Amino acid sequence: MRKYIKYNQILIAFILAVVLLLLPFLTDELLGRGWVRILDFALLFIMLALGLNIVVGFTGLLDLGYVAFFAVGAYTYALLASPQLGLHFPFWIILPICALIAALFGALLGAPTLKLRGDYLAIVTLGFGEIIRIFLNNLNAPINITNGAQGISQIDPMRIGEFSLGRTLEIFGLTFPSVHLHYYLFLALTLLVIFVSSRLQDSRIGRAWVAIREDEIAAEAMGINTRNSKLLAFVIGASFGGIAGGLFAGFQGFVSPESFGLMESIMILCMVVLGGMGNIGGVVLGAVLLVILPEAFRNGAGPFQHWLLGKTIVDPESLRMLMFGVALIAVMLWRPAGLWPSSVRRRELEATDGMVQQDTMYESKR
Amino acid sequence: MLRIIPASIQEVPFIMSRQLFALLLTVALLVNLTACSKSEEPKAVSANDELVVRIGAAAPLTGPQAHIGKDNENGTRMAIEDANAKGIIIGGRKARFELLSEDDQTDPKTATIVAQKLVDAKVHGVIGHLNSGTSIPASRIYNDNGIAQISPSATAVKYTDQGYKTAFRVMANDSQQGKVLGEFAVKKLNAQIIAVIDDRTAYGQGLAAEFIKSVKANGGQIVAHEYTTDKAVDFSAVLTSIKGKKADLLFFGGMDPQGVPMVRQLKALGLSAKFMMGDGGYTPKMPELAGAAADGMYASLPGVPLDKMPNGRDFAQRYEAKFKQPIQLYAPYCYDATNVMIAAMQKSGSVEPAKYLPELAKISFDGVTSKISFDEKGDLKGGAITLYQVQNGKWVAFETMGATAP
Amino acid sequence: MPMDILLQQIINGLVQGSVYALVALGYTMVYGILGLINFAHGEVVMVGAMVALMAIQALLLAALSPVLVLVLSVIIAVAVCMALGYSIERIAYRPLRHAPRLAPLITAIGVSIVLQTLAMIIWGREYHAFPQLLTNSSHNIGGAIITEVQIAIVIIAIVVMLGLMLLVHRTRLGRAMRAVAENQTAASLMGVNINQVISTTFMLGAALAAIAGIMISANYGVVHYYMGFLLGLKAFTAAVLGGIGNLQGAMLGGVLLGLIESLGAGYLGALTGGILGSHYQDALAFMVLITVLIFRPSGLLGVRVSDRA
Repeated sequence: MRKYIKYNQILIAFILAVVLLLLPFLTDELLGRGWVRILDFALLFIMLALGLNIVVGFTGLLDLGYVAFFAVGAYTYALLASPQLGLHFPFWIILPICALIAALFGALLGAPTLKLRGDYLAIVTLGFGEIIRIFLNNLNAPINITNGAQGISQIDPMRIGEFSLGRTLEIFGLTFPSVHLHYYLFLALTLLVIFVSSRLQDSRIGRAWVAIREDEIAAEAMGINTRNSKLLAFVIGASFGGIAGGLFAGFQGFVSPESFGLMESIMILCMVVLGGMGNIGGVVLGAVLLVILPEAFRNGAGPFQHWLLGKTIVDPESLRMLMFGVALIAVMLWRPAGLWPSSVRRRELEATDGMVQQDTMYESKR
Repeated sequence: MLRIIPASIQEVPFIMSRQLFALLLTVALLVNLTACSKSEEPKAVSANDELVVRIGAAAPLTGPQAHIGKDNENGTRMAIEDANAKGIIIGGRKARFELLSEDDQTDPKTATIVAQKLVDAKVHGVIGHLNSGTSIPASRIYNDNGIAQISPSATAVKYTDQGYKTAFRVMANDSQQGKVLGEFAVKKLNAQIIAVIDDRTAYGQGLAAEFIKSVKANGGQIVAHEYTTDKAVDFSAVLTSIKGKKADLLFFGGMDPQGVPMVRQLKALGLSAKFMMGDGGYTPKMPELAGAAADGMYASLPGVPLDKMPNGRDFAQRYEAKFKQPIQLYAPYCYDATNVMIAAMQKSGSVEPAKYLPELAKISFDGVTSKISFDEKGDLKGGAITLYQVQNGKWVAFETMGATAP
Repeated sequence: MPMDILLQQIINGLVQGSVYALVALGYTMVYGILGLINFAHGEVVMVGAMVALMAIQALLLAALSPVLVLVLSVIIAVAVCMALGYSIERIAYRPLRHAPRLAPLITAIGVSIVLQTLAMIIWGREYHAFPQLLTNSSHNIGGAIITEVQIAIVIIAIVVMLGLMLLVHRTRLGRAMRAVAENQTAASLMGVNINQVISTTFMLGAALAAIAGIMISANYGVVHYYMGFLLGLKAFTAAVLGGIGNLQGAMLGGVLLGLIESLGAGYLGALTGGILGSHYQDALAFMVLITVLIFRPSGLLGVRVSDRA
């Protein structure tokens, strides 16, 4: 049914492509290079949020330990390309390994938790995330693997042959600083993740996931293998996280366990829910907003206060956190299904008959 | 290093006014320093012929360590206000110092964003970060952009061991401090059976490991190495298991938020072991919050006691008067770090890191914490380390030990 | 393995476990009635402790007797927290009663961040000493030491649990609560004022949080704006371990978690030949939790419910 594409859709796609390509340069000129770095992080978090979206948004399994896969990916990269173990593999070999190992951990988490539902699953995934972090933090003895809390530094930048993303590139009279180069790599992989997500959504397995989310017992009755479907959701979601983790390690040049705390998991979950669970566009929006908002508040909190009150009463840093918290509450009150909900969810919310209430929190303990 | 002004800066079509102003200042400065076309200078430079020097400061200003981060910011701020009051001349021009303070939230990722922000703001030097975990990833960005970084408090050996010419610290590293602490425990306190707890942070783990090395080298015996976290408040389990080992000294590698409840629980459980911490324990909060339980405990701090330094007592008094609170921990080091940086700028007659970095590397400066000079890595050279003891609810300098470079 | 050390570890675990249980009871009560994880509960505990501290400082200036100061500050802290609990429910949860399940979770996180930041602005970033009002002497039981505050914590946790069970099973309000938990629509048809019942539940939970905050502060002697987060997390874990929504379960889960932590920290090193030590105590706690949930997917005392995620 979507065989023909309208002319203006091509035009929009073209404009979008041009904007995305020029974005780092525009940002650099207008806001400074720090913001290009923030864009890079935004892309990483889009990948993470899309990975979590498969588990939470599509399949409806509440995962509070998703950052574990990010950590596994990051440490895989760090160990395979740093002086820590003396290994220096190129990144195009490491990234698939990151995805693979993270997927393995996804299965490891998924397998024992298949029977669990709702909040029990949430606490187990949370515990899983903490266990991974604790091991990363402590595996410096008896054998030093992860270098413990000190973290792994001097990680190799991503490079192909002589061409390194860690250095400024000058080509055709244009200067591409390191953060710009990372932007393009991250953008390409983010688009790939978006593409895979959207194909998955429309596939047989994607429909199985949604069926499980809506009613697991009914889904099973319809002949869906819920066990395999759920496992697959964990595995695929984890692999996205693993790739993002690998990229993070190569970009940052340093990993330490404190980057992978519970707060990060919660932030990624917020991105998914705030943007609109199950809707790829919404999740992308949520990720971009939650990376950019705190940074915008960082710059805006001080002047805003001056404008409002004429003097500084509250520290700008405190005000920034306050505004962030208020924004989370306000958005959820204003749009409970997220800023850009999936059409299925929206229909559910708009309907007002008794059937709908079955999906609400207060009815969960029937 | 030649700073190339991107031609594009002059071509930017529209920019918000505040940023335009900052940009103009930047352009003015760059134009000035690279001695480009003189004709542009008059219209870009603000009315009086001041040299604006931007000093970046980075520390956690939110989160559990916010109180120590704010203390760091205060120390840097005071150095900058002092310098402005003094009217420092750099390269024949009157310098006006500005502080750009950023919150790194103790998060390595945020630290790199903040570092990039400071680089964007064209700071001439950075005082920070507070923790090793943030200083290390940020140091790569400062190094790539050739900006001098002096950390007041990062102690991980790795920080200055990455081959960066831009990274310095005015604090003894874990290895320097751990060595002295171990020696002190065994030789001066005559402790033979020693237990260790660390908080599994980069700081606690690093310091505890070096302490253990030093204790063993001095002939002491480590009977237990227990662990906690930097968020814990209950240590009764690990303390009980140490009680079973009958240790006569307990060393805790961690900060005061854990130190306070730990020393209280230590006394409540009836352990007789002496209690000792590194610089993370030397805070006014320690005896204040722990009360009688803290009496007799030891903590170390690199440098000579503030009282003994010519400007130290004066600094402490002015700090308390200005910020209405006692020095929390690292404010004097921030004060010194900033002043060392300014001194190097004065010596080289330039605020450009490329020009003043060589001067910074070979500087010898009388700070409020100690005489400051750096070794080839950027570590504090052979400074003294002072051990303090809580006596009647007050920290009292117990003994100053000369450290030898590792 | 010296017996006095083992006994001490068990006492440590019991006290720590009762601390978790006190907070977990608040979690589990709200969950039992609404099926909602009130993530901001830990922050309410912190607010309770902070308000009590302020009240004590103010009342000590008025030169009242220590007992009176204690009673008054407990009353003030409880009142403030009840108002806070009511407002949180009214502002952040009630409008989302028919929203997708995760929406209130996000607002709860938002409330948590707001409360924490407000506390930081009001009470500052530093740690505060929690004054010791009454003498807190230690008792020696077979070589193990326990303080009076710790004994009080254990007793209060048990009393609170029993009181809540009486409330839920023996009073009119309790019956209304159970009716709301069972089926809101049906309950309202039977003349139960749902909003009132839910508000009361939240206020009760907040009052418990205030008491928990005061007891915990008295035990550790320090108060900090960040103290609620980890405590809330541990208490939540305890509630799930015991079977969330079940009052006895919260008590059992709390004490078990406390015992696992203290015995784990105490003996993990010796049992594994020094490979794993006390740094794995939290990992051990979570592993036990996961193992328990694999075999009993609704916690130790939880009832199997056919809820959906």
